[in-house]
Amino acid sequence: MQYLLLIYRNEAELSKMTPADRQAMSAEYGTYTQSIVQSGHFKAGDGLQPTTTATTVRVRDGKTLTTDGPFAETREQLGGYYLVEAKNLDTAIALAARIPHAKEGSIEVRPVMIYDK
Amino acid sequence: MSPAHIDKIFRDEAGRALATLIRLVGDFDLAEDALQDAFAVALERWSACELPDNPRAWLVNVGRNKAIDRIRRQAAFRGKQQALVHELESNAQAFDEPPAMLDDDMLRLIFTCCHPAFAPEVQVALTLRTVCGLSTAQVARAFLVSEDAMGQRLVRAKQKIRLAGIPYEVPERDALAPRLDGVLAVIYLVFTEGYVATSGADLMRPDLAVEAIRLGRLLDRLMPDRAAIKGLLALMLLHDARRAGRETTAGDIVLLEEQDRSLWDRAQIAEGLRLVDDALRVPGRPQPYAVQAAIAALHARAPNFEETDWPQIAGLYEVLLRINPSPVIELNHAAAVSMVDGPARALDLVDAIAARGGLDGYALLPAVRADLLRRLERKQEAHEAYAAATEATQLEPLRRLYARRVREMDN
Repeated sequence: MQYLLLIYRNEAELSKMTPADRQAMSAEYGTYTQSIVQSGHFKAGDGLQPTTTATTVRVRDGKTLTTDGPFAETREQLGGYYLVEAKNLDTAIALAARIPHAKEGSIEVRPVMIYDK
Repeated sequence: MSPAHIDKIFRDEAGRALATLIRLVGDFDLAEDALQDAFAVALERWSACELPDNPRAWLVNVGRNKAIDRIRRQAAFRGKQQALVHELESNAQAFDEPPAMLDDDMLRLIFTCCHPAFAPEVQVALTLRTVCGLSTAQVARAFLVSEDAMGQRLVRAKQKIRLAGIPYEVPERDALAPRLDGVLAVIYLVFTEGYVATSGADLMRPDLAVEAIRLGRLLDRLMPDRAAIKGLLALMLLHDARRAGRETTAGDIVLLEEQDRSLWDRAQIAEGLRLVDDALRVPGRPQPYAVQAAIAALHARAPNFEETDWPQIAGLYEVLLRINPSPVIELNHAAAVSMVDGPARALDLVDAIAARGGLDGYALLPAVRADLLRRLERKQEAHEAYAAATEATQLEPLRRLYARRVREMDN
């Protein structure tokens, strides 16, 4: 099965990080990504630009409405994701628990829908 | 073979047959439907002729064939389903696995229902429905929600098992300990619902108590030398051993102080006492269930109510409060203190718990207060407390008990 691991963390905290902290964090992500590529779980993954760059689009009565900012204003924001292949939810949870931001933010684990051909 | 006899076999075998079918077909709903189909065939055949040697294996075999039929009947033949049919058929020799394998299926089912990906109330509901074989209506009643609402909750839970890929297995050793706590909590909740029902006309639901004890034995056999399991099993056995003494034939509650101890199940008490000793001997921190069982053991050992070792019981509650603090334990501790230091000191403790508000809405708090006030002969306040206790419970026998206490006090 495929699971999307959505990484939520506090952007305000992130902006307070020193350059050395950032470097350490990115190295940690590098090691993690490499390990799940090697174990065969990795399908895709990306970090996202901060929510200040987000635009939310809705179409109402045929008109396209855009608002500045993310879909939801919350304490923790979506900051990146991994798409993984895993045997079951427990394996996906174990992979999610090793994501560096699991220690301070939260990781949402969502199975990817399969459409029947 | 009479329908009543067949019905009893169904009730005894449904849980384990279902657990095995889930493993074989890999889908909760399909397995439930297939088992229903198998029951229908059994009802027809078993009433006509003799019962098979091994009814459970028979049900699993027929259920498996019915599942294959059901998959086949579905209009579109998709590759994956064909593979499943093939796998089920290639394993076509009669189902004849050793009993341990069947027990493992039950354990898998419990761990699946108690997966931490479910909210605790969903874990209990799913266990009652799937492992204990209660109807959706019965589960709904235990939770005081409508049958519709409970039905939807269960459908969503079964969907989550399938769509989120919740594994149907006993977790790996390193994931076992945290998961075992949830499993034991669910088994204990099933037991307590059987020991004192939440609502309704009957004080007890012996079927639930018996099922919880069966699950406890199963866990103890499969994971030996775990103090928490032995402690919980001992606790359930010792409580349940008093069943025959706890109510009159009319369904009225008989309090511990009035119980005829010759009605207690001595064999079950002996087994419980052995297990308490085993649980307390396992090295490590004392386990809350084992300490609670030790308290139950002191009640079981006492020749009568007055000669109960109350100081030791109060002391064990203090141990429990240190390792597993909770307002309910505090309340029980206060009740034990009333037997050692008298009702006045206990009432202070109870009022302190009430003042903190931790037990708002807990039906037994006003009941304990009422009992203490009655013993202190503070009649007016006792009356008010009994009225509050009556208001707070939805269990008919408890309401009758409070009414009786009020009558006794007024005479």
